[in-house]
Amino acid sequence: MQDYFYKLADFIDQQLQTNEVYLCDFAAEKSDFVRFNKGKIRQPGSVEQAYINIDLIQNQRHATGKIALSGDMETDTPRITSLLSALREKLPHIPDDPYLLYATEINSSESIASNPLPAANEVINEITRQIQGHEFVGIYAAGGIYNGFANSFGQRNWYSCYNFNLDWSLYYDKDKAVKSAYAGFDWNNASFATKLSEGLEQLEILKRKSRTIKPGKYRVYLSPAALHEILQLLSWGGFGLKSQQTKNSALLRMLADQNLDPSITLTENTQQGIAPNFQSEGFIKPAKITLIEKGIHKSALISPRSAKEYNVITNGANNEEAPVSLDLAAGNLAKADILSQLDTGIYINNLWYLNYSDKPACRMTGMTRFATFWVEKGEIVAPLNVMRFDETLYRILGEQLIGLTQERDFIMDNDTYYQRSTSSARLPGALVDGFTFTL
Amino acid sequence: MYNTIKDRFQKIIPNVEFCSLRYVEEQSEILSVRQNIIQAPSSSHDSGVMFTIMDKGGLGYAATSDLTEQGLRNAIKLAQQWAELSRNKSLIHFSQMPHSQGEYYSTVKKSWNSVSTADKLDLLLEESRQCHQNDKIVDSQAYLYSIKTKQLYLTNAGGEIIHEQEYLIPSLQVTANHGIDTQYRSFGESGRQGGLEILDHIGFVGKGTQLADEALQLLAAPNCPTENMDLVLAPDQMMLQIHESIGHPLELDRILGDERNYAGTSFVNLDMFGNYQYGSPLLNVTYDPTITEEIASYGFDDEGSAAKKTTIIDKGILVNPLGGENVANSRACSWNRPPIDRMANLNVEAGNSSFNDIISSVERGIFMQTNLSWSIDDSRNKFQFGCERAQLIENGELTQLVKNPNYRGISANFWRNLKMVGNADTFKVLGVANCGKGEPNQVIRVGHASPVCLFSNIDVFGGAA
Repeated sequence: MQDYFYKLADFIDQQLQTNEVYLCDFAAEKSDFVRFNKGKIRQPGSVEQAYINIDLIQNQRHATGKIALSGDMETDTPRITSLLSALREKLPHIPDDPYLLYATEINSSESIASNPLPAANEVINEITRQIQGHEFVGIYAAGGIYNGFANSFGQRNWYSCYNFNLDWSLYYDKDKAVKSAYAGFDWNNASFATKLSEGLEQLEILKRKSRTIKPGKYRVYLSPAALHEILQLLSWGGFGLKSQQTKNSALLRMLADQNLDPSITLTENTQQGIAPNFQSEGFIKPAKITLIEKGIHKSALISPRSAKEYNVITNGANNEEAPVSLDLAAGNLAKADILSQLDTGIYINNLWYLNYSDKPACRMTGMTRFATFWVEKGEIVAPLNVMRFDETLYRILGEQLIGLTQERDFIMDNDTYYQRSTSSARLPGALVDGFTFTL
Repeated sequence: MYNTIKDRFQKIIPNVEFCSLRYVEEQSEILSVRQNIIQAPSSSHDSGVMFTIMDKGGLGYAATSDLTEQGLRNAIKLAQQWAELSRNKSLIHFSQMPHSQGEYYSTVKKSWNSVSTADKLDLLLEESRQCHQNDKIVDSQAYLYSIKTKQLYLTNAGGEIIHEQEYLIPSLQVTANHGIDTQYRSFGESGRQGGLEILDHIGFVGKGTQLADEALQLLAAPNCPTENMDLVLAPDQMMLQIHESIGHPLELDRILGDERNYAGTSFVNLDMFGNYQYGSPLLNVTYDPTITEEIASYGFDDEGSAAKKTTIIDKGILVNPLGGENVANSRACSWNRPPIDRMANLNVEAGNSSFNDIISSVERGIFMQTNLSWSIDDSRNKFQFGCERAQLIENGELTQLVKNPNYRGISANFWRNLKMVGNADTFKVLGVANCGKGEPNQVIRVGHASPVCLFSNIDVFGGAA
């Protein structure tokens, strides 16, 4: 795949006319997707896709185009020629782009993974054997992910990754379920069996009579997965320089004078993540960018375009200026002590469907989902019926935060919109007092 | 390309009970202006094929962007392997599939290419300039997103369906800010099926000024009050209300549990159809693929079932799920994702009340416009939605403008509080251009048309103090 992309890049080089520059992204995957429901296979299949995105530049004018690739030079090179012609035809009708910025210094790199994944039929046979008879529903997504970058200056970057992400729920009844995931690079039957067994144990608690609480303020424990939902909402425009400068960021008050708890240090940790370290204008991402340090906003994610517009230096952010390798520093609470520290309150394993009630105030709403438990005197008493919360970030990770756990989970994003995600997050859990439920 | 694909399919059809090929080609272009700066035009040309095989109780699919004969051979072989692997392990023993023949074409009166790129950019630039009235307008974006799709569906028993459709998604967004307060106004994002004539139909030209005025007015407005009151929803919020609290809970795959690990389940079960009082007797909901300009109108779904208008909720009683025998909405977002149950055009039918009748009937209430925020539980019951703009209704008249309007409720109760339904003059064809669902995930276009509606006794609240 790498050789093929580099051949295409060489071909584009040959097609360029005087004063033309190109930037080119490559994204491909060979994926197996197997859906399960009721402990059986629901919808199994494979997807093989490849795309190339070319930004053709003449001085400060440019236009971009993306095409699907077949993997066959005879088919793909005429498509690329046609795309370049179409882009070239547009350029006279477009004014200069004052914020166009791309790397001209060559920073080639490659990160080539080996493929330790077993054949799909081996894994699927094992999964179906183990889940038989259980209310198991979810998806196994696995295979190779390939990304590349090339430009007319001769820079070439390559990234490949082979991983799997089995994301599932074990249901007891209606909306009562235990959510779990087994993701990684090297599938192990015993590891899956252990995870499944742990889920089945938790499922026993869900069989107890569920409890409904009244709206109000409660002490809660947010698991790393629940906290991930909150940070994912923030990542939707919160950390980007463009959204901050245009006052669209949910962190507006933080940029003014409001802070979070001093235990909150959040970084875009490219070095520890699994995403490529290059981006579509050819810049290389630094190992780490501190977004929030000890509760205070430290720096934004700055794409090349924003860097040019606001006259600052880019830190290699993607065009969306969204983090893809989030890292929240660990705290001091031992996970083993969480139930006793919670004492009486709610143990929240998952949150769901978050959105803003008042974005400038960073006030958000969302639902509890899956295994959420009512806890009394440090003991899980009953599963909780779903509740809606409505809270500000400044209370959750600020004035109402009791602490973060010492232990952190590494969460590989299971997002498969358009392509399998390479985002990840490393997060602790959080103990929060006076968390507001409204419905 | 159709003939090449057909020829290659005929050569490689395996000896199985059912085999289909779905070829999808999508061309799109986005022209955009942000803060009076023309952005680089962006285009896309995607094409690929998905094979589906059902044989001896097994099912498998394989999708590829390699359309060479060898590429197709490899993919069909893979689909066959999946069907063999899932045999005796499948939840569903797949029955007869349709082998339909037919065609469907969008009605386009003014094609995308009939206006030059420069003229379209000028149009966007002018709207953008209208937005930037003073320093408090801190951001604006105007764009036109044109999409053209061609789809060929073939089956091993002679099924052949062609769809060629065009969509336009126009959008204007304005952001106003003062200190730590930011307000938004937007217009047009849901899109329609057709060409540039849509811009005239929806009144795109001149909207920049209106949106900027409204955003600035919101900055100066008080917060929405917190109280239980009557709620009047404009069609551009009704579409979201329909989508989340009627559409998703009635999708058959959710009811059957397929989506429990991701998009969620439903408070609706199979026993409710035919007898469950979903809403007040004023509530009539249809699946309607016949409104040509609505974004999810089509002739057949992606598994070859013919589409026809079907009643979903009749005078408040739940009649049909979205999926199954009566509603052809098995749809995929593209060639690289398999079809799943997807609401298509799901509409609330117009009633008899004029907008003035509705407003004048309210003693104490609020009129909310344009969705801004949405959240609902995984059974599609407890919801909270926010809007960009609202006006109080006092003694039958629209009065004070308020900002940060939100409301919350429970689907199972909310629709029973439907008190008045607007007439055809209040009816608008809108939709949701980016509905996410499925494993693997899919984003799809969904149409919702609705009149203005009045609901009684709703919990309304505003922003943070």
